[in-house]
Amino acid sequence: MEIIRFAMRGLTTNKLRTTLTTLGIAIGVASVIILIAVGNGSSKQIQASIDKLGTNTITINSTRGGFGRRTAASGSSSKPLTVSDAVALSSPINAPDIKQAAPITSASGTCTVGTSTTTPGTFYGTWPSWFEASNTTIQKGTYFTNDDVVQGRHVAVIGATTATDLFGTDNPIGQVMRCSGIPFTIIGETSVKGSNGFQDGDSLVVSPLTAVQRSLTGYNSLSSIVVEAKSAKVQDLAQTEINTIMDAQHRIKSVAKRDYRTLNQASLLATSNSNSSVFTVLLGVVAAISLLVGGIGITNIMLVTVIERTREIGIRKAIGAPKAAILSQFLIEATILSLVGGGIGVLFGYIGSNFKIIGIQPVIVPASVLLAFGVSVLIGLFFGSYPASRAASLRPIEALRYE
Amino acid sequence: MAVVLAAAVDETVVDQLSLTTDVNPVIDVRGAIKRYGEGDASIFALAGVDLKIMPGEYVAIMGPSGSGKSTLMNIIGALDIMTKGEYFLDGIEINSMDESALAVVRGRKIGFIFQSFNLIARTTALANVELPMAYQGIKKDERRRRALKALEVVGLAGRVNHEPTELSGGQQQRVAVARALATRPALLLADEPTGALDSKSTADLLDLFDQINAAGRTVVVITHEDDVAARAKRVVRMRDGKIISDSLNEGRAA
Repeated sequence: MEIIRFAMRGLTTNKLRTTLTTLGIAIGVASVIILIAVGNGSSKQIQASIDKLGTNTITINSTRGGFGRRTAASGSSSKPLTVSDAVALSSPINAPDIKQAAPITSASGTCTVGTSTTTPGTFYGTWPSWFEASNTTIQKGTYFTNDDVVQGRHVAVIGATTATDLFGTDNPIGQVMRCSGIPFTIIGETSVKGSNGFQDGDSLVVSPLTAVQRSLTGYNSLSSIVVEAKSAKVQDLAQTEINTIMDAQHRIKSVAKRDYRTLNQASLLATSNSNSSVFTVLLGVVAAISLLVGGIGITNIMLVTVIERTREIGIRKAIGAPKAAILSQFLIEATILSLVGGGIGVLFGYIGSNFKIIGIQPVIVPASVLLAFGVSVLIGLFFGSYPASRAASLRPIEALRYE
Repeated sequence: MAVVLAAAVDETVVDQLSLTTDVNPVIDVRGAIKRYGEGDASIFALAGVDLKIMPGEYVAIMGPSGSGKSTLMNIIGALDIMTKGEYFLDGIEINSMDESALAVVRGRKIGFIFQSFNLIARTTALANVELPMAYQGIKKDERRRRALKALEVVGLAGRVNHEPTELSGGQQQRVAVARALATRPALLLADEPTGALDSKSTADLLDLFDQINAAGRTVVVITHEDDVAARAKRVVRMRDGKIISDSLNEGRAA
């Protein structure tokens, strides 16, 4: 107890130096907490935007073309994805866990209205069920209907980016745009989706499947089929049903010879999470270095303190202070520095995490708070122990002679 | 024992010692040699010193600078270890002790008074006096009581909460005396205690030493000032690492 009082007195003797050292540790701890929170926040943000794309959806792509050719060459008959596949997947009997399926044909091209042009990142021909399967809603106008698909009407729903590019602030509903020369009447505008980190979800043109196939992509094959499971829970069951139905449709005998592949949001999430955890670790390392620098600051200050107080140490030893008492006094001083610094750092961390940083809302990871605080205290002990042992092993006769 | 001492010690002292052989000496230094450096370049700070001080004595150790008196003081004070020889402090063999055991011995057996006071800065007189007792693990209430008593003895009862910078040199030195006394040491060891004091403070301090010695405490003063040595009952003179005379002080010795 007495030693703690000695240590406190040692610290309060030079307040400016104590404050600066504490600040060094505080900045280290705060930056660990905030940077890890930024990393975590960005990962949460990516996850949220992937959630927006629809969490229950499974996308089926053909593996024909590219390396898929080789599968065909090796003897099996490789078939493209067709509308009949989508119809089969929509069967409530064979696929009880699938809510709906939507065939997609993907077109590309530039859309123009007068002198304004835009190249939509996504240009789909599909069924109305696509909207629900892909979690896309309309903020202005209407969806197209099954009747539009049957009739092959040249109508389109566009995304916010496309609307702004073509019409600025004007209302696009009822206007006509030409995509690769083909006229489409705009009947709806989708709600803002934002970016999923890879592409702008609002650079979008969606039209009835038949209209796009007839005028742009042809009837031969689909680009993909989007399937919506009844809930996230039955996604695995839905996946199994997809495989069963698709294997039957394409007469596939073994898994290795499948001419299609499925991609669900879960695997997308996993990929993006692993990306953002790399990001988080990098930020954490940068922050940890600043914590280390703070620790070296403690060593430096404690060494100066020991030299400055050489005479005092000599007096204490002359009047009977054992080595352990001197050692613990200086260790406690270093630990108090890092404890207080760590505490202030945690406070700064919590305050700092309330502000958006480079457009990311930080989300504090509780473990990082404990880690940063714990490490700062350990650093105090570790970096404080060298100056403390120097102080403790000073010979009283030399320390007393020191001026 | 008498044979060893005879070479350097005055006859009267030997007589006195022989009368008190049943009492353990506070200080018993035998054949002390302290050498600095190696080989041809080595210097003997102490070249074979024998010194015995009995309880209740008031001894002044005198000598010019370089005579070895400071080295002797460091050895007596358990601050330094001799190269060769034996040292018993209050019956305890000191020379073979390690640093942490020496710290304990210093704390319990010796009250130091230094030329430059050596109080802890920015710390009140009371806390300074309590400090050695804190290191001995004496309880807070007991410590406070003894510290206040010691400060009263040195005449500073009204200044217990003053820090060193708020006290005059004489007052600071009296705080140091209180600090030395509070642990009830076997020996009060003062190294040039008046070196930094004016004549008035010097007189006050020497009166205080008389008073402390009269109460039965052993006092050893290292000094080069004749008027300080004149107050002691026994004067040991050193030169070139050796004791050249050891005599009772006429008129002072009881």
